[in-house]
Amino acid sequence: MAKLNVNPTRMELRRLKTRLKTATRGHKLLKDKSDEMIRRFMLYVRENKRLREEVEGELQSALGSFMLARAVSSDAVIEEAISLPATKVKLNVSSQNVMSVEVPVFEIIESDKSELYPYSFASVTSELDGAVASLSQLLPKLLKLAEVEKTCNMLADEIERNRRRVNALEYVMIPQLEETIKYITMKLDENERGTITRLMKVKSMLQAQAED
Amino acid sequence: MRDGAVAVVGDKDSVLAFKAIGLDVFPVEGDIQARETVHTLARSYSVIFVTEKVAIAAETYIKRYKARAYPVIVPIPSAEGSLHLGLDGINANVEKAIGANVLADNKED
Repeated sequence: MAKLNVNPTRMELRRLKTRLKTATRGHKLLKDKSDEMIRRFMLYVRENKRLREEVEGELQSALGSFMLARAVSSDAVIEEAISLPATKVKLNVSSQNVMSVEVPVFEIIESDKSELYPYSFASVTSELDGAVASLSQLLPKLLKLAEVEKTCNMLADEIERNRRRVNALEYVMIPQLEETIKYITMKLDENERGTITRLMKVKSMLQAQAED
Repeated sequence: MRDGAVAVVGDKDSVLAFKAIGLDVFPVEGDIQARETVHTLARSYSVIFVTEKVAIAAETYIKRYKARAYPVIVPIPSAEGSLHLGLDGINANVEKAIGANVLADNKED
């Protein structure tokens, strides 16, 4: 492990010791954050999977009945029937903070739900009614899926980034600091021993001179 | 701030139905048009549902918005059936976050 390129002085030693303390605390905090993020992620991802499976199944059947409706009536009739929708979906968009990740939250602004079907019942078949009804029932679930899936995406990204940070601290920063601190301590001790022996030598030389 | 509008992009057969329930639909044909539509819509819409084919065509654009809260771009199966893109995405997320696919064993029980 490479040590940092610093001067072996007491001041440097003190500085490095503070840095090591900060790094260790940061590492512990990030590790805790990672644990909690993974816990939350698992909750979200389970819901995501459940919603995804439900939505895909229901959407498929709704689209299937819509296809059937199109097959029964002519294209022009269908397009005319739905070209001017009676409702308009509007969302209230905001964001929420999940473990310092900004995730989207939205709620449907309730529009006037009195008239779901934008056409007269005389012009089209009942298959279209069924398709439109099931689709509009599916809409809240679709939006929930969008919300949860985005949250999962962002959490997964953040977990990965956080793990890099934790690893960088654990396997690079902290060992490097420890190594350097050890190096400086040894160097300082060595200097001290050098000074003591020199002093002893000088003393004995002086004593020898005095005896002469 | 983007408004709370919802868009649907995909082949005509799949998206027309969404028009009836009040979403803004954008029928596209071909990969290039799909890519361009997603690119322009991403600036103004907060939620964009795309069919899986469009999601594959516009992958580079969609990836760009992955790290941000908005827009939320979600792949949905088209009228022709699902390519399992959504579930693959979930599994990829799990693998990225945990390191192994821990949901895979839950499927059996």
